[in-house]
Amino acid sequence: MAGPKFKTGLRLMSGNEAIAEAALYAGCRFFAGYPITPSTEIAEELSERLPQVGGFFLQMEDEIASMAAVLGASLAGAKAMTATSGPGFSLKQENIGYGCIAEIPCVIVDVQRAGPSTGMPTRNMQGDVMQARWGTHGDHPIIVLCPDSVEEAFWETIRAFNLSERYRTPVILLTDEVVGHMRERMFLPNPAAVGVYNRRKPRRLPAKYLPYQGGGSDVPTMAPFGGGYRFHVTGLFHDPTGFPTNSTEVIESETKRLLRKIERAYNDIVQWEELFLDDAEEIVLAYGCVARSAIEAVKRLRKRDRKIGLFRPKTIWPFPDQSLVKIAKRPHVRRILVAELNAGQLLLEVERVAGKYCEVDGLQRLDTEMIAPRQILRAIREK
Amino acid sequence: MAFDYEQYLRVDHLPHIWCPGCGHGIIFKALLRAIHALQIEKDDVMLVSGIGCASRLPGYADFNTLHTTHGRALPFATGIKVIKPEMHVIVTAGDGDVVAIGGNHFIHTCRRNIDMTLIIFNNTIYGMTGGQVSPTTPYGKFASTTPYGNLSYNFDFVKLADGAGATFIARATTYHVKLLEKAIIAGMRHKGFSVIEVFEDCPTAYGRRNKFRGPVEMMKYWKDHCVNIEAMDALSLEDAKDKIPIGIFADRQRHEFVEELHRTARLAMED
Repeated sequence: MAGPKFKTGLRLMSGNEAIAEAALYAGCRFFAGYPITPSTEIAEELSERLPQVGGFFLQMEDEIASMAAVLGASLAGAKAMTATSGPGFSLKQENIGYGCIAEIPCVIVDVQRAGPSTGMPTRNMQGDVMQARWGTHGDHPIIVLCPDSVEEAFWETIRAFNLSERYRTPVILLTDEVVGHMRERMFLPNPAAVGVYNRRKPRRLPAKYLPYQGGGSDVPTMAPFGGGYRFHVTGLFHDPTGFPTNSTEVIESETKRLLRKIERAYNDIVQWEELFLDDAEEIVLAYGCVARSAIEAVKRLRKRDRKIGLFRPKTIWPFPDQSLVKIAKRPHVRRILVAELNAGQLLLEVERVAGKYCEVDGLQRLDTEMIAPRQILRAIREK
Repeated sequence: MAFDYEQYLRVDHLPHIWCPGCGHGIIFKALLRAIHALQIEKDDVMLVSGIGCASRLPGYADFNTLHTTHGRALPFATGIKVIKPEMHVIVTAGDGDVVAIGGNHFIHTCRRNIDMTLIIFNNTIYGMTGGQVSPTTPYGKFASTTPYGNLSYNFDFVKLADGAGATFIARATTYHVKLLEKAIIAGMRHKGFSVIEVFEDCPTAYGRRNKFRGPVEMMKYWKDHCVNIEAMDALSLEDAKDKIPIGIFADRQRHEFVEELHRTARLAMED
């Protein structure tokens, strides 16, 4: 039998369609979701596409069940994904926390919309930046990727799966209504040329398998349920055997390992794009859809000989602090302007990292419209 | 010869956390005997639970075991069953877990008719958190959050499962152990979603607030009040009034969801 049938070549696609197809490239064979604007096209696309590659699509009774089913499928050995938007993302948080502590690889797409609450389902905002980081309770690591185009949404989806498999952790693909719904030219690669990472399985015999022993990388190997390894998984604090523990020492060491496994992989996880930073005195920091306007504004200002550059985090959590601090410390850097479609959620983080070295201020828009290049131009000129 | 339970237990994780007089052990033992009778390999059993006293059970059993979040065992189990249809997926859940916080998942899992077995440990109370009212606490009964008596009526799992579309439905009690074991065996053999409700005893959180002197009195209540569904019709209306029907209520065939899902994928791949 021939391998799975992928779409290939040059196409006009929306961000949501690109994410759905990329999931298949990455090896996703299970999707559980619940209809919600503006992410629904991902579910619709996968309801048709997943069976064609031998996968399974489930529309669940609610967002909570979707997240639970994704974790179950992943524990059974499948790569699994769900997609949602603001209110649904809130509902998923309980089980996202379970995925973090039980170290279950999976991908959650949050196509951001205007909120809080029902807000405006069809309009765009970037209000979930902090929810993506801290939406579930307790200290936990998380990886959040934030693409700014259809093409990048495709590649970041694949990277999201690869990171989740490599680090045994939920990864959030944080897009927005603009990136999700806009259509762009997209070249779909030859699947054989796409790097796909699969979780490391134990080589030990079942009797000696420790499902939560971090080892040298702090990332435990992962046996699927039903593969001859009979182990226990719980959301309670547990020791390397997977069974619950009350030991304060084990709780602390295991929580630290959980945080450390992501922290120490900074160089592998954290990516950003920079433009004209070599001599930049002013820097626009933007991510997701806003970065498109920022790039345009920066290019226009450069034409007028203004020493300005762009810093665009592609990974927003862990925040690219090590990279940004080096840039902020450069003597020629005077100011960083953080442009975002919220009341300053990432501005706080930039202030924490760069505030000691240069001026940091924000450009925000809360009326559900895009920040246009001319607004960024104005904000730069006014100073 | 006495049944060897230890072959299915994680002995090094005992003793369990359950109180003296708790009914969980009786149900647990019936489940292990049923698995043994069906000659299912330990590697092929997937035991899933949510949160609560009953949900701690999987940790003591030497199978593939998953202790999930409150009320969510069924959708977790659904994900596993879709990927590993050859496994025997069993969910152990308390009444509050499965029909309060997990009520939506319960009705929808019934509706989909997924080939899994749900065993409901119905002690009509929240035991682990210290005895709060549950959706299965009878009207007028006392709990730590109904000091003036329960003002609402209890769910009937059998009717709920029937209305929602489960294809195998049984009810037993911790007194009617033979029926319990038989129901679990029949439920696990059944192709489709099997709901087995077990009335049981929580002397610590429920009994002492509701004039049961101890676990024996609670058992006696099941003995005196439960009548097999087949014998129920023979009773006069007067006699049947305070009786609880037990037995096998439904055993019917309908398309099974996971099988359909896999068939759909096979057909779509060939297209």
